[in-house]
Amino acid sequence: MAPDVTPQPPRITVDGLTMAYGSFVIQHDISFTVTPGEIFVVMGGSGSGKSTLLSHMVGLHAPAKGDVLYDGRSFCHAGDEEREQLRRRLGVSYQGGALWSSMTLAENVSLPLETFTELSPKQIGEIVSLKLALVGLAGFEEFYPSEISGGMLKRAGVARAMALDPDILFFDEPSAGLDPISSRRLDDLILELRASLGATMVVVTHELASIFAIADRAVFLDAETRTMIALGNPKKLRDESPEPRVRAFLTRGGPDAGGSTR
Amino acid sequence: MTSVERPWTLRVDRRTPEMASVELGGVWRKEHRLPDPSEVLREIQGAAPVHHLSFDTSHLTDWDSGLVTFASRVFAEARALGIASDRAGLPDGAQRLLRLAEAVPERQTRQSGRPPSWLARIGTRATAGWTASVVGLTFLGEALLALGVLFRGRARFRLVDLLSVIQECGPRALGIVSLISFLIGLILGFVGAVQLEQFGASIFVANLVAIAMTREIGCIMTAIVMAGRTGAAFAAQLGTMNTNQEIDALSTMGISPTEFLVLPRMLALILMMPLLTIYADLVGIVGGAVVGIGMLGLGPTEYFEQTRGAVNLASFFIGVSKSVVFGVLVALVGCLRGMQSGRSAAAVGLAATSAVVTSIVLIIVMDGVFAVILNALSL
Repeated sequence: MAPDVTPQPPRITVDGLTMAYGSFVIQHDISFTVTPGEIFVVMGGSGSGKSTLLSHMVGLHAPAKGDVLYDGRSFCHAGDEEREQLRRRLGVSYQGGALWSSMTLAENVSLPLETFTELSPKQIGEIVSLKLALVGLAGFEEFYPSEISGGMLKRAGVARAMALDPDILFFDEPSAGLDPISSRRLDDLILELRASLGATMVVVTHELASIFAIADRAVFLDAETRTMIALGNPKKLRDESPEPRVRAFLTRGGPDAGGSTR
Repeated sequence: MTSVERPWTLRVDRRTPEMASVELGGVWRKEHRLPDPSEVLREIQGAAPVHHLSFDTSHLTDWDSGLVTFASRVFAEARALGIASDRAGLPDGAQRLLRLAEAVPERQTRQSGRPPSWLARIGTRATAGWTASVVGLTFLGEALLALGVLFRGRARFRLVDLLSVIQECGPRALGIVSLISFLIGLILGFVGAVQLEQFGASIFVANLVAIAMTREIGCIMTAIVMAGRTGAAFAAQLGTMNTNQEIDALSTMGISPTEFLVLPRMLALILMMPLLTIYADLVGIVGGAVVGIGMLGLGPTEYFEQTRGAVNLASFFIGVSKSVVFGVLVALVGCLRGMQSGRSAAAVGLAATSAVVTSIVLIIVMDGVFAVILNALSL
C-alpha cells in the first residue's frame, strides 16, 4: 500500500482547521489530506484534542476557523441538505460503542437501513445478520448492549457504522480499554474491512502497536504547541522525524525504552 | 511522655554553629502525630541561624509517607529561608519518593486563580442567562419544526418508542394521579365546607370543588406530578444517552435527535396529559363529594346535580387546553436538560433535578399567564 505514489484526488481534506471551546483553543491550523483507501491515524498524547478533531470531521462541532472537505466539497459550510448527503457517506465507531441502549444489536444496525433505504424488512434482516457476522457477532442479534462485553460493544458499533456501506469510516480510540488480543483483533478487522470494502479509514488512537500495525500515514497533534507537528508514515516518523517529541511518543519515551515495532 | 505514645524521636545535633543535623529515630508513621516541620525549623533557627541542614536516620526503624511529607516540608521551608539542605541522610526509598514528587513541576492551572469580582460574576450570570434563554427558544423552535415534519408524515422515530413512552407516562401514572387528586379534592371540599357552613351555603362546596378542579387544580397537579415523574425520567434517560455518546451517534447517522428522541416524548405527553387531567378532575370531584356527602350530609343526587350545574364547558376546556401546554412544557424541559447534561454521573443527576425545578417554575408562570389572558378575554 503506497498511497503517496498514486496521484489520486484526496477523499478528505482538512484545511487550516482551528478548534476551540469558546476562547480556549484546543488545536489550531490543522491541515492534511487523506487519499481514498488509506488508513489515516490521528495520534497524540492524552488531552491533545484527537477525539475533538474527529468530532469536527464528522460534523458534531463547528470549527472556529477552516474547513473539512469530502471529495473537494465543503462539509462545514454546506447547506443542510448537502450536509446530510455527505453525512450518510460517513460511518462513525465511537469509543464506548455508543449503541442505543434501548434497542437490540439487530435494531441498532437496522435503524439506519430502515431510515434511509427502501429495503424490505426481510432484506434488512439479512444485511443486519451479515454485518454482525462480519464483526464476529453472528447470533447476537437479539442481545441488548448492556448484555455484552466492552470489546463486543465496540465491534457492534463498527457493524452499525458500516450499516449503510459508507466510503469513509471513523474510529475513535478503537483499542482503548480492550485487552491486547481483542485490540489486535479489532486492528485486523479494520485492515480486513479496508481490503474488502476499499473504504477510507480515519482512526484516532494513541496505541503504538495499533498505529504501527494499521497506519499508512499519521498526523501527530501536540498538546504543548496546540497544533500538528508531524505528518507521514509512523515508522518513518519514528526513525526520521526532526521533532524529538514525535520520536519520543513513537518509541514510548526513548529508543531504548522498548517501542513496539510489529 | 512515654515511648508508647510517641514512638519517634527527634534530636537536633549542631556539629558546628552553622551546620545542623536532624537525627530521626524510632517509628515515623503518619498515625503517630509527627512534629510540625515549621516548629522544628523555628527551634533550629532560634538558637542561632544555620546555613546547612542535613538528616541522620541511622536509628530509624520504620517510616511511611508521614516521614516523606515531613521532610519535603522541611526542605521547602529551609529553601524559603535560604538554608542549604542535604537529603542524603534520608532512607533511600524516601529520597526516591521526594525525587518522584518533584519530577513534574507544579502546573499553573486555571482553577488556582482568584475568584472573579462581584461585577464579573453578575456579568457572567447575565450572559449565561441570556444564552440559556436563546438555547431554550431554539430548542422549542426545533421541536415545533419536528412537529411540522411529523404532520407531513416524514418524521423519523420508532412507533414502538412512542408506545412505550405513552405507557410509561400515561397508564403507569394513574396511581399517583388518583391519590393526589382525590386528596386535593378532599382538602378543597373540607376547606370549603368549614367556611360555607357558617353561611348555611354548604351545597356550594360542590361548585367550589368542581370549578377549582376542572379549571385550575386538576391540570396543575397533574402537570406537577408529571414533571416529577416523567420530566425527571426524560432528563435522566437523555442525559445518560448523551454521556454514552448515543446522541452523537444519532446525529452522525443523520437522524435528528429532536425527531427521534424529543418528538415521541412530546407526543406522548400531548396525548396523555389531557386524559390524565380529565381523570384527575373526576377523581377530585369524587374527593369533594366524600366531604359533601359524608360530612355535610348532602344527598348524592343533590351534590352531583349541583356539580353539573357549576361546571360549564368553558372552564372544562380551559383546564384541558392548559394541560396540553403543560405537557409540552414538561416534555421539552426534560429533554432539553437531558441533552444539555454534562458527561458524568453527577451531571445526569443535576440534569434531572434541574428538569423538575424548571418545569414546575414554568408551569406556575404559564398558569399565571393563562389567568391574565383568560381574564382579559373575560372567560
